Amino acid sequence: MAPRVGVVVFPGSNCEHDVVQVVRSLGAGAELVWHHQGSLGGVDAVVLPGGFAHGDYLRPGAIARFAPVMEAVARFAAEGGPVVGICNGFQVLTEAGLLPGALQKNRGLRFVCATIDVEVATDRSVLTAGVTPGTRLRLPVNHFEGNYTCDARTLAELRDEDRIVLRYVDNPNGSVDDIAGVCNAGRNVVGLMPHPERACDPLLGSADGKVLLDALLGADVTH
Amino acid sequence: MAPPASPDPSDPDHASLRGAVAEPAGGAGTTSNGVAAGALAARAGAAAGEVLTVLPMHRALGLTDDELAEVEQVLGRQPNHLELALYAVMWSEHCSYKSSRVHLRRLPTEGDRVLVGPGENAGVIDAGDGIAVAIRIESHNHPSAIEPTQGAATGVGGILRDIFTMGARPVAVMDPLFFGDPQEARQRWLVEGVVAGISGYGNSVGVPTVGGELTFDPTYAGNPLVNVLCMGVLPVERLVLGRASGPGNLAVLLGSTTGRDGIGGVSVLASAGFGGEDEAAAAKRPSVQVGDPYEEKRLIEACLELLEAKLVVGIQDLGGAGLVCATSETAARGGVGMDVDVTAVPRREPGMEPYEVMTSESQERMLAIVTPEDLPRVEEVCRRWEVRAAVVGRVTEPDASGVGHLRVLDGFGGTVLADVPARSLSDEAPLYHRPLARPVDLDARLADDPGALPAPQSCTEDLLSLLADPSWVYRQYDHQLFLNTVEGPGGDAAVLKLAAPGLPPSERGLALATDSNPRWCALDPRSGTAAAVAEAALNVACAGARPTAVVNCCNFGNPEHPEVMWQLSEAIDGMAEACRALGLPVVGGNVSLYNESAGDDIDPTPVIGALGVVDRLRARPPGVTLREGSSVVLLDAGPEPAAGARPSLAGSRWAVERRGHRNGTPPRLDLAAHARLVSFVADLVAEQVGGGGGQVPLLDGVHDVSGGGLGVALAELVVHSGIGIVAGGISDHHDLFAETPSRVLVCTPRPAEVAERASAAGVRFTVLGTAGGDRLVLGDVVDVPVVEAQEAWRGTLPALLDEWVPTPT
Repeated sequence: MAPRVGVVVFPGSNCEHDVVQVVRSLGAGAELVWHHQGSLGGVDAVVLPGGFAHGDYLRPGAIARFAPVMEAVARFAAEGGPVVGICNGFQVLTEAGLLPGALQKNRGLRFVCATIDVEVATDRSVLTAGVTPGTRLRLPVNHFEGNYTCDARTLAELRDEDRIVLRYVDNPNGSVDDIAGVCNAGRNVVGLMPHPERACDPLLGSADGKVLLDALLGADVTH
Repeated sequence: MAPPASPDPSDPDHASLRGAVAEPAGGAGTTSNGVAAGALAARAGAAAGEVLTVLPMHRALGLTDDELAEVEQVLGRQPNHLELALYAVMWSEHCSYKSSRVHLRRLPTEGDRVLVGPGENAGVIDAGDGIAVAIRIESHNHPSAIEPTQGAATGVGGILRDIFTMGARPVAVMDPLFFGDPQEARQRWLVEGVVAGISGYGNSVGVPTVGGELTFDPTYAGNPLVNVLCMGVLPVERLVLGRASGPGNLAVLLGSTTGRDGIGGVSVLASAGFGGEDEAAAAKRPSVQVGDPYEEKRLIEACLELLEAKLVVGIQDLGGAGLVCATSETAARGGVGMDVDVTAVPRREPGMEPYEVMTSESQERMLAIVTPEDLPRVEEVCRRWEVRAAVVGRVTEPDASGVGHLRVLDGFGGTVLADVPARSLSDEAPLYHRPLARPVDLDARLADDPGALPAPQSCTEDLLSLLADPSWVYRQYDHQLFLNTVEGPGGDAAVLKLAAPGLPPSERGLALATDSNPRWCALDPRSGTAAAVAEAALNVACAGARPTAVVNCCNFGNPEHPEVMWQLSEAIDGMAEACRALGLPVVGGNVSLYNESAGDDIDPTPVIGALGVVDRLRARPPGVTLREGSSVVLLDAGPEPAAGARPSLAGSRWAVERRGHRNGTPPRLDLAAHARLVSFVADLVAEQVGGGGGQVPLLDGVHDVSGGGLGVALAELVVHSGIGIVAGGISDHHDLFAETPSRVLVCTPRPAEVAERASAAGVRFTVLGTAGGDRLVLGDVVDVPVVEAQEAWRGTLPALLDEWVPTPT
């Protein structure tokens, strides 16, 4: 049976319909999961979409992490369920402590919306399984706080454990080590600043995002 | 902010306000408008209900003596202070279009596809497949001049509400921006602030910003222009109009609380010019509203859900003039009356007076007309989206003579604080036939042709100086959200898929472009405005769309100057002529007057937004690019040049920006020939975009020739593609920089086929050269490596705005 993906909606999220549309176009099921829900309703994977959850008040993700749905997401992740945070979703995952590090304001202190190149740094994550490391993908980025940072020990850990998932070819935001995406130790929780869902239609300029979302939909559901 | 005036007579502020009121009629006019109006308006609230006997106040509120007489005639009595405050905002230039309406009537507004024309919150056209498109453009010039970030942000917020008021989901925004010389620190502060405001609000509220314009010219130094266009899509059957009906129905105020921000925004701020003194501008700052995109985002989702569930009878946004505007307009359109309980309006701060509640321009608010039975469901939807909902009014029957009254009550069943015919506020504002005068120096200016200017020492250098990559601006805007953006900012037109959640499936697309030509308009507002319409139509045609409708934002100076009214009248005529020739109905518009500073009016700047429909969007339009080895061809439908005459440089970017020469007679525009070109280009590109044209596309690139002339258009093809061009037929700076209208460049591997079709369509065809190599070589006049041109193009805005360093003195 085709996997079902839960797409979490916080007030202020704005990429939820985009993710649903693309997931469906790839042959999987997709449903919106409201932030007040305490359960994920038995979905096979979770996506935290982009946007400005709770208006990014205080700082991105700082309020969303307290939403009831985040407890369900944390349980799901602990059981090994695939969880992907895109852009604002990545920020929420770091605030929730499901991923290490933090996303600070871009170098240059400006919002950046552009289509850029990233390189797949590992195939050992739910988002990149089966994608040859070194593969270059053309993906849109769209953020003000995308400048990934973490302490030296965490960075060493991420490198040693091969948990850096994507790197920018030409760093647009000042991220440490050109990091565009990382995963947790279990490799089932991935956060990335680029928007793979915006690159799944040649009419929009790139279909390179498909390979990532296909990997997610094909992820071995062991939880 | 100074503490607000209190009605308590012992309050010292109040006492001083009384002093202000007691001054003779002329007194208020001698102080800053902002201060006087604020102070006197406060007094109006304090004395609501009391009959006015001494009337210096109406002037300070922005009403003339004649207008006061008219109010008295409408009411058959003297207005009380609250009523006067209501008329002052509703009869302001901004709300009533009292100076421009007599001219706007000359515009063509009808067409097969027009579902809603001007006069509603937005124009709506039928795009086919059961989908309608709502479009509107607005200015937020004066707020942005005073407080650029919030001014621009609330401009975006306001126009989004206009669009979802129609039942449409906003899917695209465009921002034409005009500033003074960026060498001045204040101008850079304005650019930075305005772009940050649009970016901060637009990105967060979740509507992509897909294009715009950026113009620097000293004419905007004291009064920048910040225009915002928004487009939304909806299933045709969901179309709703902002009207109240059904006496007994409830008026529910949705969204933000009401505060003291933006009071007098339409009258004090938007309907008066800037004196040029910094203090006066600072005093007006409280009239600028503050935006909250997060509130707006939830409001959009809640309203669209209410509309989808058919839970509202009518809906109206609160923008300029706030609650008084929303209640009187919905009542007037529905031919009913409305009772408003001011005490029921959720407030941001205590002690607000009725006039403050009624005229506040606090952002992110909507007024929904709801049946009493549906109220619980409405409240449930709002709760889910964390949107406040308060019943603040009731629809009432018209009186025995059929007049619907807007009554402001101190609690339902309480004291009547104001009672005026609703229509008198919204539809019966005075109409002015202001005097027109052609500027006396115009003939001398038209005769002063730039042809006599010395040729450039280096055409290459002049060409490079005219290149500017606008991505510094649009990289700060989310232009990709909703997975519709096929062609984003930076090209001739934005191209979007016609899709959104809840819409029927469609293969169609939409193309959107905004254009203006203030350099021509300064010399000949009629032909300049026609040229802007022509260019906007050609831009959407370059994307393979059939131009379908236009909206306009008329930015002009002080209408009390007869020269400005002449410019406006001429511009409207030029717009009407061009729209008729191109078969384009005008479905909406905005007039922004009093764009002046220290007595100097801006150059007339009508901005045209054109919407086109792509019948079948299966492939990306060719766009501004080249392919190695293909031919570079000029398609030209302009008037044949007279033998021996050089193309005119009048009104060109080269003459104005490189030589400071702003005079001459702009080139002639042949509208009938232009219409042929638009239709030919639209057909040619549509075929390719629709998936026809075989294995090898007929067109590798398409770009219209506009500001900067042929030289800039060719250079833009080169810098976008990174591929060179070697072309001939260009012998001097006239060929390079003249802005002769009705021309398009195409890059094609099959020039003979294009030539044949052009000739059948009555369009001239010239092979200029070939794309390829790593240099841009134009005759003997330009020779530059592609990388150098790219560096110049990319470096212009960062050098001005990021890396600016003062010139050593």
